Amino acid sequence: MSVEDLNPREREGVIHPEVRAGHDESERAPDGRRLQHAEAASKPIRAPQTREPQPRGAKIRGDRPINQSEAAERFLAAPLHQAAHDERLWDLRKKRDASAHGIPEWEELRELASQIKTHTLSHLDRYLEQFEAAAKANGVHVHWAKDGADHNRIVLDILRSHGAKTLVKSKSMLTEECGFRHHMAANGIEVIETDLGERIQQLDNEEPSHVVAPAVHKTRMDVAEVFAKTLGTDPDNDDAHYLAESQRETTRPYILKADAGMTGCNFAIAETGTVVTCTNEGNADLSGNVPPLQIHSIGIEKIIPKVEHLGVFIRLLSRSALGSPITQYTSHFRGPRAGTEMHMVLVDNGRSERLGMEEFWTSLKCIRCGACMNTCPVYRRSGGLSYGATYSGPIGLIIDPTFNKRKYSTLPFSSTMNGSCTNVCPVKINIHEQIFAWRKVLVEEHQIPALKQGMMKAAGAVLSRPAAYRAAIGAADSALKVLPRFAVYNPLNTWGKKREMPDAPRQTFHAWYKQNRMKDTGR
Amino acid sequence: MSARDAILDGIRRNRPAGDFPLPEVPLFAPLVGEDLVAEFGERLKRMGGRVAEPGAADVFAGVRERLDAAKVIASAVPELTGNRDLRSVRAPQEVEDVDVAVVRAVFGIAETGSVLFTQDQLIVNAVAYLAQHLVVLLDPADIVPNVQAAYRRPEFGRSAYAVLHTGPSATADIEGVLIHGAQGVRSLTAVLLPRDAAERG
Ligand code: SF4
Repeated sequence: MSVEDLNPREREGVIHPEVRAGHDESERAPDGRRLQHAEAASKPIRAPQTREPQPRGAKIRGDRPINQSEAAERFLAAPLHQAAHDERLWDLRKKRDASAHGIPEWEELRELASQIKTHTLSHLDRYLEQFEAAAKANGVHVHWAKDGADHNRIVLDILRSHGAKTLVKSKSMLTEECGFRHHMAANGIEVIETDLGERIQQLDNEEPSHVVAPAVHKTRMDVAEVFAKTLGTDPDNDDAHYLAESQRETTRPYILKADAGMTGCNFAIAETGTVVTCTNEGNADLSGNVPPLQIHSIGIEKIIPKVEHLGVFIRLLSRSALGSPITQYTSHFRGPRAGTEMHMVLVDNGRSERLGMEEFWTSLKCIRCGACMNTCPVYRRSGGLSYGATYSGPIGLIIDPTFNKRKYSTLPFSSTMNGSCTNVCPVKINIHEQIFAWRKVLVEEHQIPALKQGMMKAAGAVLSRPAAYRAAIGAADSALKVLPRFAVYNPLNTWGKKREMPDAPRQTFHAWYKQNRMKDTGR
Repeated sequence: MSARDAILDGIRRNRPAGDFPLPEVPLFAPLVGEDLVAEFGERLKRMGGRVAEPGAADVFAGVRERLDAAKVIASAVPELTGNRDLRSVRAPQEVEDVDVAVVRAVFGIAETGSVLFTQDQLIVNAVAYLAQHLVVLLDPADIVPNVQAAYRRPEFGRSAYAVLHTGPSATADIEGVLIHGAQGVRSLTAVLLPRDAAERG
């Protein structure tokens, strides 16, 4: 299949020529300026033409602790992937900085966002009731789900009562938590992801590796391979425009014929019963506006009190995520279209329990911008799939153990504790402090193997050396780019292992680590 | 106990201790300069959109090329007659073949280059995504300085559907290469046209 075969309209001149100009790099403005909105990199990350197989994520063995460092090592052993991943996310982090520095009230916005979330979470019952009442008054069917299974059962019931067999959905981390797609497949419902990154992951039978850019760990060659196998594209054509266009053209028929559409929820407004979605592709908007049945899955922590509060969050979200002032689309779904039904499912899935965890409840403020991942040296070097969990990166280290303390017991150690995540978080979650708090909890509860107990001492040693720790935090902006200096402080030293460590104290630490690491291997 | 009551019960039991008042949200000084029209245009362009000045004789002169190349034009504005009547559309899927949709924005936001539509402007919500190209009429007098001011507008509280569009559909999910026309429209062009232009002739 060639590009020309995809859409005859282009030949007829309906599709404007600049859309399919013969370049394979990012879109430019008419004046030639390189555009940098959406997830775009400011410079093209053109991987060399050598094919390098994509390293796969952590091996999941039931409830056994995830071995993140093993998966990270495999990611590091794929230099093309590692470099592209690191560079791409660091680029987003830099764009986030530029964007934040462009707003004098940035810190005030973060403080406001944090306070609004804290207030709402501490009155969550009241706001949920208000939201439910408003939504019902708007003619929306409201459902409550205690956990993922409950959510899946409710949605299946809705679909069955409408005789619906196909569903298009936009990216939603909540439904990933619920294992929604797998459950639907087992029940004969065809689910199609409409976000490009999420669709790539679906076609490759992989979970998303990043909350904003699900396929960020893949090169264009990986995508070409997946699409050639599943969509029948030309395996030798890895032009990003060609690949994206192929997805557009093959997904659109599903959108048009789907019996139901589903979206996640970025913000839910108690005052008006509105669900707000933020995307760049317009896929949530299609999923919500085309099929005759519309379903929105909402994590109960997504509630904010009033429309005016949206101003604060919308201004922070895309700037923190991608460095753009707003996403291309911000949809506000409040009531059903004439002649159709609208359902909202309010999902707990451990959130109400987390609310009672004194040290960790403020993690519920998270708006899933991904900034903490983009800045995290461990995440950038190891890839999101190495965490073996729905949520990866710094926020994942806090949330994951609340889902399964044993399985995710090692994750809070996958951090250099440099504090950069805390510094960029738009809702001011004290991420690295909570990660440290988890280490204590896990050690006290003996949820971690002996090796990691040794690591505790190491982490303690770093934290008890204020000079070293302060240096780590203070120099974060410049030094974060060069990970290994920090990685040596990380007991899971995989990230720094391949680099020389000339400094004497670090060498000592490294030696200590190696020694313990060997014990681990023998275990 | 119903799931609803169990969840609310759990929340009440686990309610974090402490007094956390809801802060006042200020309007904030605009990030943009006095010339809201220029600022809007510049920001929209940065987000991949286009701005066309209305022509004196033909207000659509700036997008004529696009309109002339289109087979199916769905117009939701009195200034232009299309060949697809949105009011007679019964299912959103019917607008699948629309090449260009022409819609009037409720207002624009200078800070971001966004425009707002509700179901009243779109008539068929889906046309704003299924069409290949979108032409937006925006009255220069309808531009608010920032996002904070936009969210003080009444449309959000009373519309079944309201959406801020900021340029065309975009993705960079493959190696960070920016691509317009991911799922929604491939281009968005704003024509800065006062509301009463048609009447003034
Ligand atoms: S923890 Fe903060 S920085 Fe990380 S995804 Fe959530 S909101 Fe963004």
